Amino acid sequence: MGLENLQRDGFFTSRLDETIAWARKNSLWPMPMGISCCAIEMMATASPRFDISRFGSEVMRFTPRQCDVIIVAGTVTYKMSKVVRKIYDQMPDPKWVISMGACASSGGMFRSYSVVQGIDQFLPVDVFVAGCPPRPEALLHALIELQKKIQREKSTGMTMRSESLHIPEPTA
Amino acid sequence: MNDRILEKLHALVPENIAGSREFRDELTVTVTVDVLVRVCEFLKTDPELAFDMLIDLTAVDMYRPEARFEVVYLLYSLKNTRYLRLKVTVEEERATVPTVTGVWPAANWHERETFDMFGIRFAGHPDLRRLYMPEEFEHHPLRKDFPLMGIPDSLPLPRR
Repeated sequence: MGLENLQRDGFFTSRLDETIAWARKNSLWPMPMGISCCAIEMMATASPRFDISRFGSEVMRFTPRQCDVIIVAGTVTYKMSKVVRKIYDQMPDPKWVISMGACASSGGMFRSYSVVQGIDQFLPVDVFVAGCPPRPEALLHALIELQKKIQREKSTGMTMRSESLHIPEPTA
Repeated sequence: MNDRILEKLHALVPENIAGSREFRDELTVTVTVDVLVRVCEFLKTDPELAFDMLIDLTAVDMYRPEARFEVVYLLYSLKNTRYLRLKVTVEEERATVPTVTGVWPAANWHERETFDMFGIRFAGHPDLRRLYMPEEFEHHPLRKDFPLMGIPDSLPLPRR
């Protein structure tokens, strides 16, 4: 980003996209959508031993209105899919999705009528994490991959996701 | 003790005991549907037997042309520390069994579960809604003719 100029000249030049992306990727607030045993590993990721705050992502918020990234950690049943989708819809743009573990990514060992065989059927997933459950390091790796992806994104003149998506009418 | 239970049941409903079986000192009695509530009431209130606890209530899909379903009641007597398995058989056509929620209130959710999974109706149940599956779902997943992976489009997903 030309930071060497900062010391010499007192300012630096960069592209607006790069700067916005840099700010966004280093302050991802996760929505911890913990719905099975993966949630335990997600909690461990937030603990001092693995310390997700090293990546600027420690502010887990239990309201979707304050979140940028939803971590779907666990088995999503058809009945639960509507809830997960509603929480995702309530998050402000820009937003991202991490599908954590085998169940969320593919149904995992629950090859059954009641379990959605992969949340990408109803959510735009950015990063999948393999494992059953994945180690905290794997979740951190997913977060780093997501940060790389965000750094490449264009912010200026970009269409927000929900504008290009159908948003269902609220039901009474 | 099992002999005593059978003896008392034979005295109560001599014509309606379809069969009985003992395995490892536990008794299974099959009765006809019409006397089910009477038998349950008796087993609970009789001071000697005192089957005051309904441990489980479920069904089995035998997947045969006649008497397709068996509804199973697992009873426990805290006084005698003994179990009793009570069974009734149901046809596929009019799969209806009288409710035993009046005898053991614990039967409420068990009957809802059995209705949800097998489609067996419990006549007189105070609130016979599905327990697990969404209310608009039309099938009964634990029936043997229900495919493991479900029926396509029977459970709608939110739009992507």
